[in-house]
Amino acid sequence: MPAVTETVETVQAATEGAYKWGFETDIEMEFAPKGLNEDIVRFISAKKNEPAWLLEWRLKAFAIWQKMAEPLWAAVSYPPIDYQDAYYYAAPKQTTKPKSLDEVDPELLKTYAKLGIPLKEQAILAGVEGAGDTPADGGRMPIAVDAVFDSVSVATSYKDRLAKEGIIFCAISEAVHEHPELVRQYLGTVVPQGDNFYAALNSAVFTDGSFVYIPKGVRCPMELSTYFRINAKSTGQFERTLIIADEGSTVSYLEGCTAPMRDENQLHAAVVELVALDDASIKYSTVQNWYPGDAEGRGGIFNFVTKRAQCRGRRSKVSWTQVETGSAITWKYPSCVLLGDDSVGEFYSVAITNNRQQADTGTKMIHVGKRTRSTIISKGISAGRGQNTYRGLVRVAPTATAARNFTQCDSLLIGDQCGAHTVPYIENRCMSAWTEHEATTSRIAEDQLFYCRQRGLSEEDAVGLIVNGFCREVLKELPMEFAVEAQKLLQISLEGSVG
Amino acid sequence: MSKLAPGGAEALLRRYEGLSSRLPGARLPWLASLRAAAAAAFRAQGLPSRRAEAWRYTDLRPIAEVEFAEPLLSVTAALPLPAQRLPRRAVFVDGRFREGLSELGDNDVALGSLAADLPAAEGRLGRLARPEDHPLTALNTALFEDGLTVTVPAGIDAGGLELSHFVLAAERPLACHPRHLIRLEPGARLLLLESAQGDVATRYLHNPVFEIEIAEGASLVHVRLQQEGEAGFQLGTIYARIEAGGTYDNFTLNAGGRLVRNEIHAVLAGPEAACHMNGAQLLRDGQHADTTTVLDHAAPDCRSRQTYKTVLSGRSRGVFQGRIHVHQVAQRTDGYQMNQALLLSPEAEIDSKPQLEIYADDVKCSHGATVGALDADQLFYLRARGIPEPVARTMLIDAFLQDVVDTIAEGPARDAVATAIADWWRGRA
Repeated sequence: MPAVTETVETVQAATEGAYKWGFETDIEMEFAPKGLNEDIVRFISAKKNEPAWLLEWRLKAFAIWQKMAEPLWAAVSYPPIDYQDAYYYAAPKQTTKPKSLDEVDPELLKTYAKLGIPLKEQAILAGVEGAGDTPADGGRMPIAVDAVFDSVSVATSYKDRLAKEGIIFCAISEAVHEHPELVRQYLGTVVPQGDNFYAALNSAVFTDGSFVYIPKGVRCPMELSTYFRINAKSTGQFERTLIIADEGSTVSYLEGCTAPMRDENQLHAAVVELVALDDASIKYSTVQNWYPGDAEGRGGIFNFVTKRAQCRGRRSKVSWTQVETGSAITWKYPSCVLLGDDSVGEFYSVAITNNRQQADTGTKMIHVGKRTRSTIISKGISAGRGQNTYRGLVRVAPTATAARNFTQCDSLLIGDQCGAHTVPYIENRCMSAWTEHEATTSRIAEDQLFYCRQRGLSEEDAVGLIVNGFCREVLKELPMEFAVEAQKLLQISLEGSVG
Repeated sequence: MSKLAPGGAEALLRRYEGLSSRLPGARLPWLASLRAAAAAAFRAQGLPSRRAEAWRYTDLRPIAEVEFAEPLLSVTAALPLPAQRLPRRAVFVDGRFREGLSELGDNDVALGSLAADLPAAEGRLGRLARPEDHPLTALNTALFEDGLTVTVPAGIDAGGLELSHFVLAAERPLACHPRHLIRLEPGARLLLLESAQGDVATRYLHNPVFEIEIAEGASLVHVRLQQEGEAGFQLGTIYARIEAGGTYDNFTLNAGGRLVRNEIHAVLAGPEAACHMNGAQLLRDGQHADTTTVLDHAAPDCRSRQTYKTVLSGRSRGVFQGRIHVHQVAQRTDGYQMNQALLLSPEAEIDSKPQLEIYADDVKCSHGATVGALDADQLFYLRARGIPEPVARTMLIDAFLQDVVDTIAEGPARDAVATAIADWWRGRA
């Protein structure tokens, strides 16, 4: 979600603190038939007018997926998923480019407004001709947005301005046509088709997502942002994001997600691939706010995501920051493969589970290059009947001389019906490497609560304050607008968990 | 559970089929059916492969490849028995109790061979160690021939007892599966010093299972010296249940054997029970040692402490897996776990998986893990003061081990551990 904080309050007020993104937009959609088979894969590929190599790539992924078993090792439980009972393609119907905002489907505009996208950017996103040629008003730092609605990227803003720098920021389906050499060179090289069950599924049926290429030596002048939304009923969202930072470039990328309230579960299986070449730096921030289901655990998104970065170049750096407050189930391990000498991987995470949410999340840091460094800071908060697991791997190969890792996992428990679990794996095969791991679990201290209450804060505000303090190390890594929003999200997510 | 291809496991099962009518207690219906159920459980589970999560770092293929035989009844002339360190000593050779070599002391403590009094073990044997939960426990239950039973009556301080296990030289690979039952009644105390040694050239599998019951307010200190022979395998499993106010202190030194697993399952079953699990693993070229602990906090106000240190040299591999499970009733739990490894060789590997699983909110639980080489600054400091490098390295390694050795109360048990560490240094030099 693009970060505009005032909307948080208005929307929250409108929905009285319940899931504030729980609106459904009623616009004309185009669906592929329900179910999954080779024909659906062909249908999606044909719909996107894809070249033959990509169709073959998808079919190969589909063949692999059919032979794979669903992974069951995560500490989450859910009823079996019927993969044949979902739509794998849903797109808002669109004909020709509208000339002004008046011609845009008003339902789509309402959606943007509810999400708090400024009018100027709404116009750009809705694809109004001529919008985006002038900078945003208010002197605010512009953010380039790519909005993915169910299965397709509906629009990308500030494209021209980025193009002046040689930056490519567009829908991946567009990149397949306009920059086939780049897509072909990098697609699936970080997360191959057969990497895991959900990645294979994504490779077969991915419908859209964002593509970013930052050329050599370019520092991207604005934050790039993708906004994902599942809107239609019974659809799965399978987006695929590919970011390539060429030598010496720098980029900061934000990702936000929401979905309407529904009482059945919806599947989200995304793949994100990052490639950092020599001296390049990628910062990837996520605020995940998919619908978490209601207090009894009905509905909500199943979020099975594969995110991985390869630090291929020397002195390259990838930093993952995530705030996970939504989804009924989160299964997500943003990872870094540190191949280049002196490359750096970072993972900062806040995960909240309330009511009956379950999260099994963490990271993998694979040290291969010399003097590679990684930092993992994970904060898990469990409330209600939530189950929260940190699962992480630090592996140091014999080649990673003088590698260094520091890991800290803290868990906070609110209430006696929830669970907090820590499952780190540390595999060190290099004598000169140094790895450190520490983890703590505790609840909010009575004396901290008492201190706040004594000064007139309500119990909920006091908990919010303490939780924000607990997460501070992670939140400070977020871009500024996101950080403010994230703090509010934490508070909203924990509503009803105290007292 | 994923299992290894049959072979060794089949051979072990054939032994059961051939022996079942001759195993001790074969005419006790409860035991015969327990063994049959255990054999069936082992047949179903097999030797676990690395695909099983609990075994992902320890590969049992070297054991699965060997066809083990049961030990012959041996008449030993010379057994390299070290001097007795504690007032009582029970000696086992190839898994069988040797009364002539043992010194059981006064009969205030019920102490002796399990095989000699199996009817008394009904209801006790298999209570904590359940074959369906663990393939190696199933194997032990199906095939055990003997073991130690100890019952310390209420309020008695039984002092110190040594449990010494030897495996003699044999031409064929042999396997022994002793089953030890230890019970401390309310307020009882015992120091158990266990040692395991074996012939350097013999391939053998020592697969002991302990069932330890510690009643209200009782206290057991269990110090283990694992110095198996160079070709020996030890897969030891301990099940301990600690009632209210009871204490179980376990210290394990893993210094011998080719492939070793030290697995402890402890349950803090009553309020204010405590469990301390500490240990050191000293590994040289070709060795693999695995310490796996599972600690269940199943009652409120319990306390647990764990510290494990591993020193790895040559092409060795060390594993630490420690799980703390805090049940929902276990409010006000205080749990701490630390594991540290020192890599002395570029070919060594350490894998560590500390794990917290917490379902209660009023808890204080933490764990830490570090892996690294000797600190170059510390080494430089010592060398700058004229201490030669090998001596400086030894000093730093000793210092690394010292704080875990110091968790053992001063006395013969700590001295025995210190001696074993010194022996390891000598063997390494």
